[in-house]
Amino acid sequence: MTDAPAIELKGISKSFGPVQANKDISIRVMPGTIHGIIGENGAGKSTLMSILYGFYKADKGDVFIRGNKTEIPDSQAAIAAGIGMVFQHFKLVENFSVLENVVLGAEDGALLGPSLRKARKELTQLAAEYELNVDPDALIEEIGVGMQQRVEILKALYRQADILILDEPTGVLTPAEADHLFRILEGLKAQGKTIILITHKLREIMEVTDTVSVMRRGEMTATVKTSETSPEELAELMVGRKVLLRVDKKPATPGDPVVEIDNLQVVDEKGVERVKGISLNVRAGEILGIAGVAGNGQSEILEVLGGIRSATGSVRIKGQEIDLTGAHSDGRSRRERGIAHVPEDRQREGLIMDFKAWENVAFGYHHEDNYQSGLLMDNAAIKRDTEGKIERFDVRPANGMLEAKSFSGGNQQKIVLAREIERNPELLLVGQPTRGVDIGAIEFIHQRIVELRDAGKAILLVSVELDEILSLSDRIAVIFDGQIMGERLPSETDEKELGLMMAGITDTAQDHSIEEIEANLAEAHGEVH
Amino acid sequence: MDTMPKWADIVLIPLIGLILAFLLSGLMVLASGQDPWEAIKIMVEGAVGSSYGWGYTLYYATNFIFTGLAVAIAFHAAMFNIGGEGQAMVGGLGVAIACLFIPWPHWTLALIGAMIMGGLFGAVWAAIPAWLQAKRGSHIVITTIMFNFIAAGLLNYMLVDVLKPVGAMEPATAKFPEATHLPSLNDVFLIFGLDLFKRSPVNVSLFVALAACVGLWALIWKMKLGYQIRAFGHSEPAAKYAGISPTRMIMISMIISGALAGLMAINNVMGEAERLVLNSVEGAGFIGIAVALMGRSHPLGVLIAALLFGFLYQGGAELGLWTSIPREMVTVIQALVILFTGALDNMIRMPLERFFLARAIRARAASTPAE
Repeated sequence: MTDAPAIELKGISKSFGPVQANKDISIRVMPGTIHGIIGENGAGKSTLMSILYGFYKADKGDVFIRGNKTEIPDSQAAIAAGIGMVFQHFKLVENFSVLENVVLGAEDGALLGPSLRKARKELTQLAAEYELNVDPDALIEEIGVGMQQRVEILKALYRQADILILDEPTGVLTPAEADHLFRILEGLKAQGKTIILITHKLREIMEVTDTVSVMRRGEMTATVKTSETSPEELAELMVGRKVLLRVDKKPATPGDPVVEIDNLQVVDEKGVERVKGISLNVRAGEILGIAGVAGNGQSEILEVLGGIRSATGSVRIKGQEIDLTGAHSDGRSRRERGIAHVPEDRQREGLIMDFKAWENVAFGYHHEDNYQSGLLMDNAAIKRDTEGKIERFDVRPANGMLEAKSFSGGNQQKIVLAREIERNPELLLVGQPTRGVDIGAIEFIHQRIVELRDAGKAILLVSVELDEILSLSDRIAVIFDGQIMGERLPSETDEKELGLMMAGITDTAQDHSIEEIEANLAEAHGEVH
Repeated sequence: MDTMPKWADIVLIPLIGLILAFLLSGLMVLASGQDPWEAIKIMVEGAVGSSYGWGYTLYYATNFIFTGLAVAIAFHAAMFNIGGEGQAMVGGLGVAIACLFIPWPHWTLALIGAMIMGGLFGAVWAAIPAWLQAKRGSHIVITTIMFNFIAAGLLNYMLVDVLKPVGAMEPATAKFPEATHLPSLNDVFLIFGLDLFKRSPVNVSLFVALAACVGLWALIWKMKLGYQIRAFGHSEPAAKYAGISPTRMIMISMIISGALAGLMAINNVMGEAERLVLNSVEGAGFIGIAVALMGRSHPLGVLIAALLFGFLYQGGAELGLWTSIPREMVTVIQALVILFTGALDNMIRMPLERFFLARAIRARAASTPAE
């Protein structure tokens, strides 16, 4: 092994129009190490990696691979230089087999047979070496995300990559699958491969990386040895000020049930049963968190309660039955019942991106009397209301005349939250409250949700971030394949147990193999599609 | 990213499109062996050089305001109503029935009755495709085009077999009774002692059209219904989240759209022809699409674009009358304007955006001192 860094970037700058995505960035990644790159959304991580993989051309700066200055004009050149990339959104052909996907684009000749035979042999070898078990003949659409990710890694290794870049690899994985992935990465490292791990999760950085670089607003703020830093320090480097990583809250004092869900069933447009007879209740002054892998029915529960989707079963709000058929109810009638809804996808549902912030403040509540003046809407009243909300929720820039799309993710979410929380609802539905939200704003959003709880309101929280569920909830229900696998108190459970329950395993005391977990997930996944 | 100032989007892009269209038209006129400068002079002279010319320009513009507004309101709900032509045709049928079969004592009452009937007929004609879209998912573009043909067939049948007076040779209704004749703008100005717009067809419908502009502006930007329509037009999932029914929004916006297209008939059928003939709409329904595109679906923009197309129609007619430029060339010029202002919007927008972006970056660089 030489002492030349596997990758060295010197003075990389890149701007898109007026936005400087990368500003004079230099890093050195030594061979045989796992190097983490951490930063908030829009900090420039993905841009930097896209430059390395030949998707973008840097305005300035040089790339050195194993000590040699290398031009990377396209991804072919990146592959030739031994760089492999595993994207956040997999680039696989759904109706091809694993083997065909691995070979795709790296065929040896006009005939497919020899390439496939060669790949099959190599796959068996790689599987044995790195715990990269896949069934070469399975179709991509039939295997779970964990295995799909391994196929992506195999694709890179098949192309002789010895530098592997993974972009937010655990976003779609349960904790057990993530641990399995990290074991694979350790194995690759032991064989001398170099790994770059891009993530926004501090825990992962601390767990697997040797060195870590922190990015903030297009700049590299620090590169440190992981063993010499702490999550708190990294968070501070990411945000630029001290942040509270734990939610600061008193124990809950729950009252009477606000919402009682009994035997709720949801069948979607394609006739697939998404929610299979769920019973739950949320009491006043309590946050109930629903943990689960995305697509297991939790979104549908929020949509039913929010009046967007019809269902069967029964739901009582403060003892009163509400209509689930959709014939006599919609989003508006739910709001009149005291249900406020912060939807999972704020850009698609919660906001009209082309509307001004003040128009969005009335969204869903545009019927309210104080927004009317005769035949017309009282736009002046809405604008006044907006000014107050912007101030109280610290929305930046503090200008209600801007369109929703010109705010950052965190500030968009603050607009939605201000609108929903300030209605003082009996029940607040919150889906993915901090997805795509910067750390600084996460703290603020969590505080506001806890404040509403302390005011004696019921909160139903859905999130794919286990950290968030664990720190925010007073009680946790785990959903898998449209069913509740059980309820736990946050003080009496941990990520491992919840992770197993999210994969449909209830006897969490025993050890379970990754194969069993993946088979379970794939089955639920397959049914969902 | 908003890099372009608003004025550039609203004024500059259509203006450049217009100039390009005229330049190309000039070349074509030149190629046909005529003098383009002369042609422009005849067009301007014919359309706005006299109060008679203005009368025709405004008459055409009135048609285009109605159909332009019709397309614009549907655009706000993300519905592409290509059926303005058919809706205006059927609206004409409604107006004709109102005028022929009800003994109106005075034109004011007749106008109100005709507006109700024309609007209603047009609305029904748009409501069927709207319902098919909302409930069955049949694409509105396809169905409204189809309904143009059905409307033409229906009108043909009604005029040939039902409404044609006995013994008449032409597929047209009888002349409407005297009491339904709308005062021309010439009549209106004569009250003030001004003899303007003499012998031209522009009539009091123009005021209805202007009122419709104001009304629609208030509806879209000031009323709850417009807020809901716009919200639905931008995002259907968001509308559902807010408790806005997509079905209701599709139906309401298309009914308003159809009613506006149908209202056009008070101008061309009641105000000008004073009877219903085949092909009375003369493509105004389609021009409405270009008008709405060029006017950025804003009532004020529609008004301005309608005036421009009124000018093109009248000026084009004059061109055909006084030069040996073939009639088809006039159609080509109109088509070029539609092409450049409507369809090729992006071709002009992209380089302009790049220009403004470069300017913004330069301005930023200049304001931040070099490091």
